[in-house]
Amino acid sequence: MTTTGRREDTKPARKLPWILELYRSDVAKKWIMAISGVILLGYIAAHMMGNMKIYFGPEEINHYGEALRELGGDLVPKTHLLWIMRIGLTAAFAIHIHAAYSLTRKNLQARGRVRYDVPREYLAANYASRTMRWSGVIVLFFVLFHLADLTWGTTNPDFIRGDVYNNMIASFERVPVAILYIVANLALGLHILHGVWSLFQSIGANNRVYNKWRRYLAWGFTAVIVVGNLSFPIAIQLGIIS
Amino acid sequence: MDLTLKVWRQNGPDKPGEFKEYEAKGISEEASFLEMLDIVNERIVESGGVPIEFDHDCREGICGTCGVMINGHPHGNQKGTATCQLHMRKFNDGDRIVIEPWRATGMPVVQDLIVDRSALDRIIEAGGYISVDTGGTPDANLIPVPKEAADASMDAAACIGCAACIAACPNSAGQLFTAAKLAHLNLLPQGQPERYDRTIAMVEKMEEFFGSCTNHGECEEACPKSISINNIAFMNRDYLVAKFKDRRKAGQT
Repeated sequence: MTTTGRREDTKPARKLPWILELYRSDVAKKWIMAISGVILLGYIAAHMMGNMKIYFGPEEINHYGEALRELGGDLVPKTHLLWIMRIGLTAAFAIHIHAAYSLTRKNLQARGRVRYDVPREYLAANYASRTMRWSGVIVLFFVLFHLADLTWGTTNPDFIRGDVYNNMIASFERVPVAILYIVANLALGLHILHGVWSLFQSIGANNRVYNKWRRYLAWGFTAVIVVGNLSFPIAIQLGIIS
Repeated sequence: MDLTLKVWRQNGPDKPGEFKEYEAKGISEEASFLEMLDIVNERIVESGGVPIEFDHDCREGICGTCGVMINGHPHGNQKGTATCQLHMRKFNDGDRIVIEPWRATGMPVVQDLIVDRSALDRIIEAGGYISVDTGGTPDANLIPVPKEAADASMDAAACIGCAACIAACPNSAGQLFTAAKLAHLNLLPQGQPERYDRTIAMVEKMEEFFGSCTNHGECEEACPKSISINNIAFMNRDYLVAKFKDRRKAGQT
């Protein structure tokens, strides 16, 4: 190839728009997983905190449900802001899953078919980090059921649209649903235990001075979410809320 | 001490391989792991067999040539050392030792315990250098380097390129190696002019061969130089900054 010194000759032909070109890189995929993860974590925290209103009676939580539809107050038409949030959340969820799926495929290929004869004795990897794919899949299927049970009401015969208090009790009164909910939330806990720590590493938020806080934050955040979420089916099963 | 070895034997890159067992009797506790293999090989040769092929060079833990999976641990179950620095006193009489080559699609087996690590050379070629004009020797210490940067760079530069990090990784990711090579240059003033081009080139070359990091941290445990995964975070940060700088440059024609 001859060099003429003209900028056009040295500029590589860009095949895809910049953001898609960026997404082809594994390191960038992990960045995007981290950022979509933060969005999902924010949602999980807000969801758990909002549901805490069930402990203050039917008025409070039903009002909370209504308030979500009226987000934005007089500034936006009813449910519009809620729908924007729902679309954003779905997009974050979809991209998180796509990145995980394509990286998993690549990693399995990179690892090859011949495995070590001696089972690996992991020194640094923990149960949470090694089961991310499984806990992720469990959470995905649970979310679909959770929506069917408490948002659309398709799997909940006593579902009354708008009566959040009644719907939560009608759902968690059923022992299999309560057990499913508890198992899925433990899987979610494992997933975010590694996720919260790992996202700092993926985006390069790293400093020897505060690195240990990344672990503390992961444990603390996970504990709050899991304890909060598990309290609902347990309280309903024990008859504390009825 | 008397040992039983279970060793991977493979007579060429595309040949099928299998494990074979060898008795290693009367091995001195003072022998290094590679010396133990030398003794076993001598006995194999004397009995008319083909010796076990393994990579080795300096035998003092600085060249990065040796490296095998010993009982499921890269370089054996001793932290911060290469295979050549592992001594038989770390094993017990009567032990059964399984010796395997590194396993990764990007590092295929050449023969027995030897793997093709030229993918690491391709990554270095992509940007693991600084460009300097030739000429007279510059004065020493002409460019001031902050002590902290020099220390951190030196820690990363301790990487000997043995590929234990890739062998240890459940995803066969080359992140620790590449990150160490990047941090080594990207932290120093001499590395600044090409910092972001280097980061993009080396990361993207790495991704052609190896898997992607899921932040397990097994590489750091396996590393004979105990290189920190903090370098991986540094690389991830530089990569995204580089991509944005690249975008800005594309608009400066």
